Amino acid sequence: MITLKVNGQSVQVDAEPDTPLLWVLRDHLNLTGTKFGCGVAACGACTVHLNGAAVRACVMPVSACDGKRITTIEGLKRDGKLDRVQQAWIDYQVPQCGYCQSGMIMAASALLATKADPSDQDIANAITNICRCGTYPRVSKAIRALAAAKPGRN
Amino acid sequence: MNARTVETGKPRNKWRRRFLITAGVAGAALVIGAWRFYRERDRLSPPAGLQPGKDEAVLTGWIKIGTDGSVIVQVPRQEMGQGITTALPMLVAEELDADLAHVRFEQAPIDAFYGNATMLGDGVPMREDDSSWLAAIARLTQYKLGEVLGVQATGGSTSVRDAWEPMRRAGAAARAMLVQAAARRFGVPASECTIDNGVVEHKPTGKRAGFGELALDAAALPIPQDARPKDPARFVLLGKSQVRLDVPPKVDGSAQFGLDVRLPGMLYAAIAQCPVFGGAVKSFDAAKAEGHMGVKGVFALPATSTSAAAVAVLAEHYWQARTALAAVTIVWDEGGNATHDSQSQRGRYAELLATGKAREYESVGDLDAALAAPVKAVTADYFVPYLAHATMEPINCTAVIRGANSCEVWVGSQAPTLVRWFAAKAAALDSSNVVVHTPFLGGGFGRRAEMDVVMQTVLLAQKIPDTPIQLIWSREEDMQHDLYRPMAAARFNAALDNTGNIAGWHNRIVGQSCTAGITARLLPAAASDLMKDKTTAEGAFDLPYAMPNRRVEHVLTHEPVPVGFWRSVGHSYNAFFTESFLDECAHAAGKDPYEYRRAMLADAPRFRKVLEVAAQKAGWGTPLPKGRGRGIALAESFHTIVAQVAEVEIVDNTPRVRRIVCVVDCGFAVNPDTVVAQMESAIVFGLSAALHGEITLKNGRVEQSNFPSYEMVRLADTPEIEVHIVNAGIEHLGGVGEPGTPPVAPAVCNAIFAAVGQRVRSLPIRL
Repeated sequence: MITLKVNGQSVQVDAEPDTPLLWVLRDHLNLTGTKFGCGVAACGACTVHLNGAAVRACVMPVSACDGKRITTIEGLKRDGKLDRVQQAWIDYQVPQCGYCQSGMIMAASALLATKADPSDQDIANAITNICRCGTYPRVSKAIRALAAAKPGRN
Repeated sequence: MNARTVETGKPRNKWRRRFLITAGVAGAALVIGAWRFYRERDRLSPPAGLQPGKDEAVLTGWIKIGTDGSVIVQVPRQEMGQGITTALPMLVAEELDADLAHVRFEQAPIDAFYGNATMLGDGVPMREDDSSWLAAIARLTQYKLGEVLGVQATGGSTSVRDAWEPMRRAGAAARAMLVQAAARRFGVPASECTIDNGVVEHKPTGKRAGFGELALDAAALPIPQDARPKDPARFVLLGKSQVRLDVPPKVDGSAQFGLDVRLPGMLYAAIAQCPVFGGAVKSFDAAKAEGHMGVKGVFALPATSTSAAAVAVLAEHYWQARTALAAVTIVWDEGGNATHDSQSQRGRYAELLATGKAREYESVGDLDAALAAPVKAVTADYFVPYLAHATMEPINCTAVIRGANSCEVWVGSQAPTLVRWFAAKAAALDSSNVVVHTPFLGGGFGRRAEMDVVMQTVLLAQKIPDTPIQLIWSREEDMQHDLYRPMAAARFNAALDNTGNIAGWHNRIVGQSCTAGITARLLPAAASDLMKDKTTAEGAFDLPYAMPNRRVEHVLTHEPVPVGFWRSVGHSYNAFFTESFLDECAHAAGKDPYEYRRAMLADAPRFRKVLEVAAQKAGWGTPLPKGRGRGIALAESFHTIVAQVAEVEIVDNTPRVRRIVCVVDCGFAVNPDTVVAQMESAIVFGLSAALHGEITLKNGRVEQSNFPSYEMVRLADTPEIEVHIVNAGIEHLGGVGEPGTPPVAPAVCNAIFAAVGQRVRSLPIRL
């Protein structure tokens, strides 16, 4: 049994220790918002926060997450209200097929948490997720708008 | 009559009579058959499969109205990012004068009523501007065939065009029914009632009633067949950007894709398919795998017309299935394709450019005479490799066989009707016993029109009845068992006259046929090379430019590598070939590539305008820093015209695409922001292919396996993209999902030539 702290709740999981966090979230905990894209940490569809930092859950053994704070896309809302990154995604009509967007939003939110006013270069360095629908221009626009607005006013 | 005739008359007359009767009956049957085949079909009355839910009324086959006032639009196409679950409800909402905030969409049931006839109608291998009776009959016949087959399919950038008439008519009919119901209730003439934001009002008496109050009364009325849709001048919603109805669930993780289906007692399956196309499973040893935790079974699956031979492991959790699969020892019977090599295939294609037996797609004027006497001859060969779709959501399907007599399937598919047929085939059931659910698609691009994973999942579900099975392909399986965009080669011979204009244009293309490929998979009995496949030469034989003497032909090849529809299909390579070579002609003529094209478009004003606006918005002709160049390209596909100007900088011998200006004429943009988004999307998609995309084979195996070896454009490499819509009018309605892709590669490659004088004739770009 491994104890995880997911979206503020403590849960016990019975999984082989080498099971990637991705599959524990999706198949054991039914948190399907985190997506499987490549299994080799190349696309970022599985991005979640581990102690606040963006990590790729498809190569993160669940045993390495024991006792750490995990936040998934389902845990981003506060009191049922959308997080400001999620709201910006709606304002800028970012998603198309939507499959990679959980990972995009988690990566963007981790970036903004560490750098409130990222430069274009910061954005390019931090957002390395793949989107086959090519939503990149709108992802950039949404993050730039959030950077300009500065955080705090959720 | 002479004696001889009389003598033999009896039997002869008998046969003759029989023949005449038979011919008469057959003739009458033909006439009736033709009348039935070509007749106008009822696109309004609800099909049997559309039933009102609790507190709902059905008004036509396209609309339900809830007693709470909600408008529930039946969307018969699949959402894969193109915004169709907003655009189609908008068509209905416009006619109803509904408040879009109270409109939602529902996936339409599977019924021939919702079939996509336009997709077939578009498949005729004739120019769009061919107005001959032959072309008209061919198009109508294909369209009617589409209606008869009634396949619900999303592709060919057809969804809005196919829905434009029936859904607006349905909206108008439902509106008339609601007004009629209100007029009866108010005791006033219907002509005095108006609708505003979902409320019917009789202004003289001040009486009002919402859609919700009127729904049940309205549904009891006959559906008016003559309700006419609005004059476009009165559109309130259409043509103005509306927020997408599918976006909110896509920002909080609640949107359900095929991979997110969760059912009680569900098992997960991981699969390994024969690495060589057409191979089989010789034997496998599952002893080790069966000892893994959670494993419920290891099974071999035979190859079918749509799916490859494979071994699959079923387990309680996917990760268990995946790790156990790695422990299975499989011996493959690789069959006859284990030596296939894409490099040698490329060599063969180069030979076929000269020696292959070609089929003509277009022949105008006296080409041979023109080529025989050029003032200047221009010639070049071009090449593109196989490409994978690599949808972000890996291929998957969920199915359960219940009580040996029914089957339920959940799959993100572009063709749910086919899912039903193929699940029935795999389960040996009648398709009426198959229920298909279609969650959101995590990308389609043509890949999800295929039935391989459906076949495999249902075959697996048969192994453990009454247990839902979710089969998930790994990314490696997806990349190595795709239905690829064909490899293609092209040769051009052009003759320029003394003014530099193109006096002769000969284009020969070599490659496989996607239509033949998908037909062989879906309907093996109907597979034949008899029909010319439009898609192999689209974007080559239907150019808008004035060229007095031209011939475009295609050499059909058959390879063991399966090919399928990939965003923009034949246009994806023919636009690269044609628009690059045209650029070569311009430079050979010593002319500006933009002006050169423009001069050949005097009789194609829509094309010329799109090209002119693109040049103007991009600042064509204004100076650029050293090492930078601009390239222009123009392509029509799926009835939509797109021009793009790319600005490319060469840094350390690597092209960096800095800016793309895109101008589109799709006739009318139902939801303009979606049109912009689709152009951005198609540009990034085309850019990934131009800069990185290449699937190669060695020893019969695909060499690429995951994103590190099949790279994609990412945010850091995305150029500034600027989209302008210059629509010519509703009568020119075109698609928007695909047309943004074809011009990208040639615009970028033409810009590279402008920057550094190097001509790119093969993709991906390697400088």
